[in-house]
Amino acid sequence: MSNITSQSLTSLVKNIKDKKLSSEEITKSFVDRSEKSKELNSYITEDFSNAIEKAKKFDQSPNLDLKLPGIPMAVKDLFCTKNLRTTAGSKILENFIPTYESTVTQNIWNEGAILLGKLNCDEFAMGSSNETSFYGNVQNPIDKDLVPGGSSGGSASAVSGQLTPITIGTDTGGSIRQPASFTGTVGLKPTYGSCSRYGIVAFASSLDQAGPMAQNVEDCALLQEVISTYDTKDSTSTEYKRNHYSKELNKDIKGKKIGIPKEYRVDGMPKEIEELWQKGIQYAKDCGAEIIDISLPHTSYALPTYYIVAPAEASSNLARYDGVKYGFRAKGENLIDMYEKTRSEGFGAEVQRRIMIGTYVLSSGYYDAYYLKAQKVRKLIKNDFDEAYKKVDAILTPSTPSSAFKIGEKKDDPVSMYLNDIFTVPVNLAGLPAMSIPAGHDANGYPLGLQIIGKAFDEQGILNISYAMEDKINFKNKITDWWIK
Amino acid sequence: MSIDLKTIKHISKLSRISVDDQKAEKLAGDLNSIFEFIEKLNELNTDNVVPLTSVAETTLKLRSDEVQSENIRDQIIKNSPEDNEDFFVVPKVVE
Amino acid sequence: MVKSNPEFLIERKDNIYEVVIGLEVHAQVTSNSKLFSSSSTKFGAEPNTQVSLVDAAFPGMLPVINEFCVKQAIKTGIGLRAEINKRSVFDRKNYFYADLPQGYQISQFKYPIVGEGTVVLDMPDGQKEVGIERLHLEQDAGKSIHDMDPQNTLVDLNRSGVALMEIVSKPDLRTPDEVSAYIKKLRSIMRYLGTCDGNMQEGSLRADVNVSVRLKDSKELGTRCEIKNVNSIKFMQMAINYEANRQVDLIEEGKSIDQETRLFDTKKNETRSMRSKEDAHDYRYFPDPDLLPLEVTDEFVEKLKADIPELPDDKKKRFIDEFKVSAYEATILVSDIETAKYFEEVVAKMGKNRDMKLAVNWITGELFAVLNNKNLEISQSPISAKNLAKLINLIKNGTISGKIAKTIFELMMDGDKDPQIIVEEKGLKQQSDPKALEALIDKIIDDNREKAIEYKNGKEKLFGFFVGQAMKVSGGKANPQLINEILKKKL
Repeated sequence: MSNITSQSLTSLVKNIKDKKLSSEEITKSFVDRSEKSKELNSYITEDFSNAIEKAKKFDQSPNLDLKLPGIPMAVKDLFCTKNLRTTAGSKILENFIPTYESTVTQNIWNEGAILLGKLNCDEFAMGSSNETSFYGNVQNPIDKDLVPGGSSGGSASAVSGQLTPITIGTDTGGSIRQPASFTGTVGLKPTYGSCSRYGIVAFASSLDQAGPMAQNVEDCALLQEVISTYDTKDSTSTEYKRNHYSKELNKDIKGKKIGIPKEYRVDGMPKEIEELWQKGIQYAKDCGAEIIDISLPHTSYALPTYYIVAPAEASSNLARYDGVKYGFRAKGENLIDMYEKTRSEGFGAEVQRRIMIGTYVLSSGYYDAYYLKAQKVRKLIKNDFDEAYKKVDAILTPSTPSSAFKIGEKKDDPVSMYLNDIFTVPVNLAGLPAMSIPAGHDANGYPLGLQIIGKAFDEQGILNISYAMEDKINFKNKITDWWIK
Repeated sequence: MSIDLKTIKHISKLSRISVDDQKAEKLAGDLNSIFEFIEKLNELNTDNVVPLTSVAETTLKLRSDEVQSENIRDQIIKNSPEDNEDFFVVPKVVE
Repeated sequence: MVKSNPEFLIERKDNIYEVVIGLEVHAQVTSNSKLFSSSSTKFGAEPNTQVSLVDAAFPGMLPVINEFCVKQAIKTGIGLRAEINKRSVFDRKNYFYADLPQGYQISQFKYPIVGEGTVVLDMPDGQKEVGIERLHLEQDAGKSIHDMDPQNTLVDLNRSGVALMEIVSKPDLRTPDEVSAYIKKLRSIMRYLGTCDGNMQEGSLRADVNVSVRLKDSKELGTRCEIKNVNSIKFMQMAINYEANRQVDLIEEGKSIDQETRLFDTKKNETRSMRSKEDAHDYRYFPDPDLLPLEVTDEFVEKLKADIPELPDDKKKRFIDEFKVSAYEATILVSDIETAKYFEEVVAKMGKNRDMKLAVNWITGELFAVLNNKNLEISQSPISAKNLAKLINLIKNGTISGKIAKTIFELMMDGDKDPQIIVEEKGLKQQSDPKALEALIDKIIDDNREKAIEYKNGKEKLFGFFVGQAMKVSGGKANPQLINEILKKKL
């Protein structure tokens, strides 16, 4: 079988189960392609020789009842992996080797998958272009010097560039959906509480959720089925009946009510995004869905709310990186001096900026004006969705207000960078599940994504809508392998 | 509103990140533009809104009082930048 | 309610000042594992051997709350006759310190688990009520060791994450004696409930002491200073004494008092400022997003209420009513749950013909003296309640005299011996057979004929001589009452 790396996860699993491919063959193919793809800089840490060893071992006594039998897979470097360096894209964790495994990755290995390595990301997942990583920019396989999006930029780049059949990212304000949209791949942010946060380097605890990234909806459903479990080690993990997402995947969405929120038609949105959205509405209609205009009146307040809530939580979550227990330590004359130098040298500019914002909005005299205010607006945003879901089953919007931009283009303008997440952030604030599926191209041939937002815990619903629409859209990613010499 | 250098120095102290004057200038500029955009929230009257701190649709689960972790000192100390096998070691604390 | 006395007033030239004290007591919750992790809370382990990944704040580690600690806090709240809040919230208190691995302490700020309550103090001149402001759950920090290494500070995280109850009193205390009584009462209540062992040496109970002064009869509160982390009642009293006088001196000099945190130096017996004002802490409290609000049902609380044992105040009332002991005796007997238990067991074992007076005297007298001497808790008493009850009954029914009882008591300490057996083995049974005693006395009178004549002639002092002789000859076993009677008759 010649082109292993271009196969979907579903077909790789089938080929392994049918004994047409061995885990070793598959693993070697992805390792080989990854080796040739250094220019993308998708990986922070490679574990290729171990992966091949594990694949050989799998083949010796393959358990074909597993859901991911012998499937190699790289993961975002925000998931702690036992005995393999975990950096969160930061210098401050440059030498950190966890002695434990995150619940989500453990679930994956339990189903037979094999770790290829750790994928690049924005530092502590703070960024929308992967440019804040201490380990360098990541190239978008779509075009040279194009950002892959962020923060799961390495993950998106690796799936789109076929360095891994599937992967997992984390999404705090759009970090799965935006890079998926920028790279022509599929990304799902599950409902808050669906996937355990145990062992994932925290950015903003009330918003963070892990989720699958894949080449198609079916693969995404399978991976979601594996990673979503109730976990007593995470107090915010929710116990509810989880579907067999891949088995229950269904293209019949006839009569489903899909809401179109008028507030997502923002000022200055490029025409091609508006056109994409209209196309999406038509696809949904073609699938038999009923389109209903809805209003989410507080949409424009979501981003300012997010930029209070997320930095506030981050400023506290990142206090543990103090040079005492693990990670980077700068020399200091005394304890305080050591702290200040360690954190100043160990964190990059964007992380420092957000810690400062967070510290400020929580500080005495500003708490009510900023943090408390944001919590209240968050409530209003959630109420908007609750109201909307009395009328509709899902909501359809563009994933991002533009296609991927050039490396360096927005790096020095934090606000314009933040505006990238305008369509994705409300979903995190409300804790809802949402997917981005590729739906078209802009004038440059860069992919554009559509976002399908669901009711809480209705991952199956949005997977089904995406599955049906994917069929109608029939998207083809335009990748030339330009980086392979 | 405007965040001045004194405020920047104060929050850098609270967050234990050393900031020199040049960095403080840059941060003040960035933060001011970010807060300008955050101020949009003031358009909303939220007097009677109950703040939302978590979207987790569950109640806090309580665990039973059992000792489950054993002595993992080696693991705990392994990653520390400086250790003496028994303790974490930090530069002298000056009161 | 009688106001307690003696008043602790500070007098200067023209002014008399009153001292206002409030306490924030940190009581370690008795539990097997920590508040948010499953590591052990045992005292005295090797450094960093009771530290989990959660306690050391490794990346991605999350807190999961211990149900038992929640129950313990609610039980304590019930013991303080306090309001139990069905919904409480955990907040993060953010600050950096070497022994605070997360960079924040998980505590309860706005919505504590327990609200207002009351503690009743038994002062020499009557009872005094002290208001409880709140009780909340929080994590303990680790330990920084500054004196083991000349260049460095060493950090032990064994305590990191252990559950504490912070019990905040209203500023209702006025004297060091009241502070002592308050701490003892809190400790007593928590030991009754089994929610905190109250061991101050091991740091299970420590307090931040808030002190302010004001002119006597003033209604306004003065500026307070908080003396951090004082770990014995004696030090609390010394610190209050020093701090109150320092504040009065400042006022008398026309200076103002800074609201600040101070440290009590036990060697110099003085308090000193811990932080300068510029470095004032801003803890940036906010609800911990890793946890959800703690919600308990009425049923949950009612079940705990049903399990609450009889507490010191009720027990005291019952002892007075049922056992007819004095209020003073009852206070002593109930102050420690183990003493109360011991006393009640003695009472039960004494049976129908019980003698409360003897029981109280033997426990608070002989037994306490021995325990004190040997530095033992009553739960470690060398003499069991059962055997002490037997001893008391032997006195009560005339088998032995009080004097012999003391000898037997000494012998009982060797392996908690049964006093009945000692009496028999050593032949210490009181001689109460009148015929035998008559014969004995006849012989003594016979042997001391001259003295007998002198007595008859009016030298009444000699009666004591004859009693002494009788006791001597009987080896102390003669029933003294009978001896008296017979001697009077014969002489």
